[in-house]
Amino acid sequence: MIDSTLSAHRRQLVVDGIGIVVSAAGFGFVYGVAAGAAGFSLVDASAMSVIVFGGAAQFAAVGYVAGGFSWLGIVLLTAFLNARHVLYSAALAPWLADRPLAERAVMAHLLTDEAFALSVTHFRRVGRADTWGYWFAAIGATFIPWNLATIAGVFVGGAIPDPSRFGLGVVFPAAMAGLAVGLATGRREIVAAVVGAVLGVAISLAWDPAIGIIAGGLGGPLVALALPGTPMRVRLP
Amino acid sequence: MSLVALAFLMALVTYPSRALPLLLVRSARFPAPLLAYLRLVGPAVLAALAAVNTVVLVETAADGRRIASFHVGVEWIAVLVCVALVAWRKNLFLGIAAAVLIVALARAGGVA
Repeated sequence: MIDSTLSAHRRQLVVDGIGIVVSAAGFGFVYGVAAGAAGFSLVDASAMSVIVFGGAAQFAAVGYVAGGFSWLGIVLLTAFLNARHVLYSAALAPWLADRPLAERAVMAHLLTDEAFALSVTHFRRVGRADTWGYWFAAIGATFIPWNLATIAGVFVGGAIPDPSRFGLGVVFPAAMAGLAVGLATGRREIVAAVVGAVLGVAISLAWDPAIGIIAGGLGGPLVALALPGTPMRVRLP
Repeated sequence: MSLVALAFLMALVTYPSRALPLLLVRSARFPAPLLAYLRLVGPAVLAALAAVNTVVLVETAADGRRIASFHVGVEWIAVLVCVALVAWRKNLFLGIAAAVLIVALARAGGVA
């Protein structure tokens, strides 16, 4: 039986998930349009969305395939762009350590920026792992909209001259910023977020955005933990 | 060769970063300092993602190099409005809708 508090947290997750559905669908559609314009077949574009399931790497692959770059370069760039997922996986590991190995293996394939953001926020509200919440975040709010929108983008993309004029490009940063607000529940969280953002931008400009995002994710918490004051009270998952 | 094969290769290099910590951890007992650190990874990495995707523009040069540059645009206002709305109303969808509306109106009006 599900208690009323858990039900309330799940309702909040679904409400937050609507924003992520919009984000995933918007980006999936733009990806489908770009892939179709670059000569990807529906099977090619959808295979990327199902098998890779990584937005930034898929966008980069479209540009690089269209530019005639080598597969080796595309694969190396993909590893580089998706390296940030190790942070998500590490942050979720304490919550999910007791789940069966096979279940965690499937969860890992579906681990994206959006799935991480929604599920870690939900787990913290609930105070423990709620696998229903993870599956909703990863599949219901992200995987399904992303893949359906990819198909739609390939099919109808040619009829839309410039999807960016509808403001779809801002959906992803707005969604990530909004979800960060939900996690910024104390002084250290706010410092971690601000330092992560500043560090991320600085290193992105100096080197590469993929490195910048990882550096922000690693460095923000270090600075926040170095703050003087009461040590953080951590509720064990 | 079909791009499906490329997709498999891309997945092959993506999966380890997604899976290794999740699959290697066998116990829920983590040292408190590590838990405190991991708790802060979420806000830090999401804020970094938001900031980088708002203020850094990435273009690909003819030789394949990725070139990052500082970008100032209406997206800044849109994301800040989203943050304020989410903090105030606790409604992510509302924040995203407002952000999209701001950018779409700015583009329609020729401002951005």
